[in-house]
Amino acid sequence: MGLTYQSTGQLTTREMFDAKSDNCDYIIALAGNPNTGKSTVFNALTGLRQHTGNWPGKTVQRAEGNYIYKSHRYRLIDLPGTYSLLSNSADEEVARDFICFARPDATIVVLDATCLERNLNLALQVMEITNKVVVCVNLIDEARRKKIQVDAAKLSERLGVPVVSTAARSNEGLPRLIELVSDVASKRVCPKPQPVSYSKDLEEAIARLEPRVRDVIGKDINPRWLTLRLLDGDTRLLQAIENHLNAGRTAPVVHGRRRDYSNGA
Amino acid sequence: MSDTITLNCLGNGSIALVKEVVAEGLTRRRLLDLGLVPGTKVEVIRRSPVGDPIAFNIRGAVIALRREVAGKVLVSPWG
Amino acid sequence: MAHKTLTPLLEEAQKIAGPHQGQFRDSIVTGIYRTAEQIAGDVVSHTSTKRQDLDRQIDNIITSPVWGFPVMFGVLAVVFWVTIAGANVPSGILATGLFWIEARLTDLFMALNTPGWLHGFLVLGVYRSLAWVISVMLPPMAIFFPLFTLLEDLGYLPRVAFNLDHFFHKAGAHGKQALTMSMGFGCNAAGIIACRIIESPRERLIATLTNNFVPCNGRFPTLIALVSIFIAGSVSLSLSSAVATLAVAGLVVFGIAVTLSISWLLSKTILRGEPSSFTLELPPYRKPLVGQVLVRSVLDRTIFVLSRAIVIAAPAGGLIWILANTTVGDASVLSILAGWLDPLARFMGLDGFILLAFILGLPANEIVLPILIMSYVCGGAMTELASLTDLRHLLVDQHGWTWLTALCTMVFSLCHWPCGTTLFTIQREQHNWRWTLLAAMIPTTVGVIICMLINNLVRAIGLV
Repeated sequence: MGLTYQSTGQLTTREMFDAKSDNCDYIIALAGNPNTGKSTVFNALTGLRQHTGNWPGKTVQRAEGNYIYKSHRYRLIDLPGTYSLLSNSADEEVARDFICFARPDATIVVLDATCLERNLNLALQVMEITNKVVVCVNLIDEARRKKIQVDAAKLSERLGVPVVSTAARSNEGLPRLIELVSDVASKRVCPKPQPVSYSKDLEEAIARLEPRVRDVIGKDINPRWLTLRLLDGDTRLLQAIENHLNAGRTAPVVHGRRRDYSNGA
Repeated sequence: MSDTITLNCLGNGSIALVKEVVAEGLTRRRLLDLGLVPGTKVEVIRRSPVGDPIAFNIRGAVIALRREVAGKVLVSPWG
Repeated sequence: MAHKTLTPLLEEAQKIAGPHQGQFRDSIVTGIYRTAEQIAGDVVSHTSTKRQDLDRQIDNIITSPVWGFPVMFGVLAVVFWVTIAGANVPSGILATGLFWIEARLTDLFMALNTPGWLHGFLVLGVYRSLAWVISVMLPPMAIFFPLFTLLEDLGYLPRVAFNLDHFFHKAGAHGKQALTMSMGFGCNAAGIIACRIIESPRERLIATLTNNFVPCNGRFPTLIALVSIFIAGSVSLSLSSAVATLAVAGLVVFGIAVTLSISWLLSKTILRGEPSSFTLELPPYRKPLVGQVLVRSVLDRTIFVLSRAIVIAAPAGGLIWILANTTVGDASVLSILAGWLDPLARFMGLDGFILLAFILGLPANEIVLPILIMSYVCGGAMTELASLTDLRHLLVDQHGWTWLTALCTMVFSLCHWPCGTTLFTIQREQHNWRWTLLAAMIPTTVGVIICMLINNLVRAIGLV
């Protein structure tokens, strides 16, 4: 591929992980559409123990904060709010690359209960990259006012990942969210996302290519997801993946705890 | 399902079904990612004070598109 | 170790996809949305949509052809009025308190028999500029930033972008530039960072190069002080905050007009190109979390901007005092420098000290007015400056300011080089010193030209 490293223009995993991963036990990503109350969830979980850039990064900047649950330290990384992970905008690439390359111990996807269908689009995309997902159906207080009911148990069954309803502004459901995140991060619970089923042509193409992808890449990156990206011909992403694969061989992509992990723990 | 028009031609309050997105490249990706895939129901909500852009209800969210972009979405009026 | 490459896999994928690659892309998106649709259909049940109707009714007003723009102007005016009217009293109290401390510090230095230059440098230079920055800036910021964050959280800003997009479109710019511009009211450096939400590099550059035309929080106090003295000072006291508000809002509208004109000019010349597609969500209105807004806007915005101002103002204050008190022959270095600038400055309706204050204020716009006052005061007889009345006395009676001087100073404050932090941010975002240089050149050129025009026109007509 003719793209240079520079031209992918994105933060490298290492840069993104300058988050001093040494003094925390788990790294948790927080994804979601814009306007889902994601920042409220973030603020409610981390309180004032957070680093933001020069601006309270509503959409543009990285924010991170810590919380402690049952004597484990969790670092929460607030990803940019996006509708999708497919369009290659800067925000979407940051979010996608973080989930894909930094491999957080769990990813919380915040959904707006009043607009579930649109929000599920992002959740399904995240679940194609990683299985370690906890879905947080937020703004259920708004939904109640609008007389909208969301059946969280059924949603969890359909998606194959833990689901919790929350109203972050009044702290409702957040203790349960923290518990579910801890279950997934510590591998006590291993979510099995239901794959999206595509059109017949596409599924056939996936079936042909996926075994080859498995052979070449191993389990480092979800093979079905990578197969889809190959069929899509998303060269910018593929370049980023190539960089990631090769960076991982010459230098530890992530410092500290992560290195031990990849050395066979 | 006979007559096909572009999204920007619909009046406020009307509803239509998406037939096809005729844009290319990034614009096409954007529009699809917004949920404008064939068969999607779209409602025209309002126009800005000067008539452009136009706000649509697309899958539960209110999204504003410039007139020329909305012109890249073929729809058939519904109901 | 072998270099891993995906190229063979990609080739294989292309073979499998054949001519259908475009269709696969559509199938992927369609598949995901279909799945989302089915799941949502199964787990969500509606019983009413009354609430959404309320949102629509609000939007009917604030984006209506009749009321859209008046409401926008009104909201802007209310925010400025609350800031101006609300900041007066705490500003006065802070100033009184801080200058009382200055007097005590002076007593202390006298009691300790310290040399005059040390007292001058530390108290009259460093401390006094700090006191100025805090008393002038803290109250308006502590009011403005929370108000702005409230509007943001409420969901009003996207409606502003919706209303204004047409004009940005006509100017060849991106609709989200209305949002980055709004951010610029808080801090231009933050506005520059916010330009990342604009994906097209061309339009992002336009937004970056013109962001400085909206006054940031460091410049509002200067504008507000000058407006209060010169425009509001000429009407009765009860009307003065209202008039000041209108004047500041007028300046902001002027800034927006300049933003649009320069954006248009750029998109017709060095940044030619088609406007890119633009999508903007108009989210449902939400009741903001007032407590959270207060905490976050105070912590993230107010303290950040204030601490930056203090870090820069303290050494600058010391430097100005040295410049004002180091003499060559019988003139201070400061007045010599001002003297060199004076002819150009006069032609622009300013004077040498004003232009010098803008130049020395490069590190932070907040300190332009304090520098000016200090450089006036160091040569004059005044030792303390507790109120706007004293400021008026200093400017008008001792240094011959007219309303034209004030107007030109305000225009130049609106249109001149961005502060050091903003320039640094532009460089960091664009990685190209040419754009950074241009970001400084464009507003400066505009400011110089407009000031010259205003000054010479007004004088030619004989209004002053």
